[in-house]
Amino acid sequence: MNARNTKVMNRFDVTSRLIAKLKNEEAVIGGIGNTNFDLWAAGHRPQNFYMLGSMGLAFPIALGVALAQPDRGVFALEGDGSLLMQLGALATIAMLKPKNLVMIVMDNGIYQITGSQPTPAANVADIVTIAAGSGLANSAWAADEEDFERLVEEAMSASEPSLIAVRIDDKPGVGATRRDPVQIRERFMHGLGVREPL
Amino acid sequence: MAIAEQHSSSEAAQTSGDKSWHGIVLQTLKRNEISLIPYVPDRVLTPLIKNLHADPFFTTFATAREEEAVGIASGAWMGGRRAAVLMQTSGFATLANVLASLAVPYQIPLIMFVSERGTLGEFNYGQSLVCRTMRPVLDSLALEHHTITRLDELEFIADRSIKQAVTTQAPVALILNPLLTGGKTFDK
Repeated sequence: MNARNTKVMNRFDVTSRLIAKLKNEEAVIGGIGNTNFDLWAAGHRPQNFYMLGSMGLAFPIALGVALAQPDRGVFALEGDGSLLMQLGALATIAMLKPKNLVMIVMDNGIYQITGSQPTPAANVADIVTIAAGSGLANSAWAADEEDFERLVEEAMSASEPSLIAVRIDDKPGVGATRRDPVQIRERFMHGLGVREPL
Repeated sequence: MAIAEQHSSSEAAQTSGDKSWHGIVLQTLKRNEISLIPYVPDRVLTPLIKNLHADPFFTTFATAREEEAVGIASGAWMGGRRAAVLMQTSGFATLANVLASLAVPYQIPLIMFVSERGTLGEFNYGQSLVCRTMRPVLDSLALEHHTITRLDELEFIADRSIKQAVTTQAPVALILNPLLTGGKTFDK
């Protein structure tokens, strides 16, 4: 499905719908800025990881988690501007084929947080076409909220990694993540069962 | 004697008695349960990369960029699996942002092996310049780093540094100097 035929959704609403679907302590990696702000606002879970920098690395970080814990579902939320910084990661993921990895791209065509400047890809490049061309055959635009939920359910039982692109509006994130990187990382490791609290 | 050994035979490295630099690195990684090896290749690292690929203990794969490999290693650590990233000097030069915004503030024991280009016979001016940026970047973040020049010191430095990185939850860069590896020269 082409991006232009998709409904313009809202990042916080879509993120909340995703979180509501998670029943098995799935890991969720929130990319820099609005994607992790809305993940935070959707309600903190011990299995959430929030990036406070390293723009473009939500998918690589999620890939690392997925390779470490192949029996756990791993989701990554990334913005279109962030993904443009690290398109090569799509090919790496396609090569490794972790079936427990689901990538979600929030595409508004702008760098909302820096002043809503258009990305170079806005109106010329198609995220799903790029992903498919990188070898991620299981890539799709969500037509609307119900279609997004259906794609998430499909992805959770898929035999290969999935990418779901969502066209979103220009609204800022709803919340603001507490910027405490050590605590974020430590609690995430507790949430993944890697460590026990002191 | 700090003479580079250039064993490239994968058979040689498969034996635990392999005392080439790359054989020692492989065995040290294995002994420290480091099983995930994302890398951006380098000519000097080729025998190590080849032998890592040949050993089923390791999941070894190329990434498109070094910072991508750092992201993967960071995620793997948080998920309970140890990783090490292999790269060249010029690749390290792309990492300042991810070191300062991910590995250091989140206290992730990122283990980096850097094949050092740009010194001791470099033939590309740009490589020699980018090499000079490496240690100032490491020092500016107060990151632990060692330049390994001698085969007889390699195992000690690598093994102790990996253990220190894990126990102190801090990144480490192990710089493989041409005195150890032979480096890359113009006639190759």
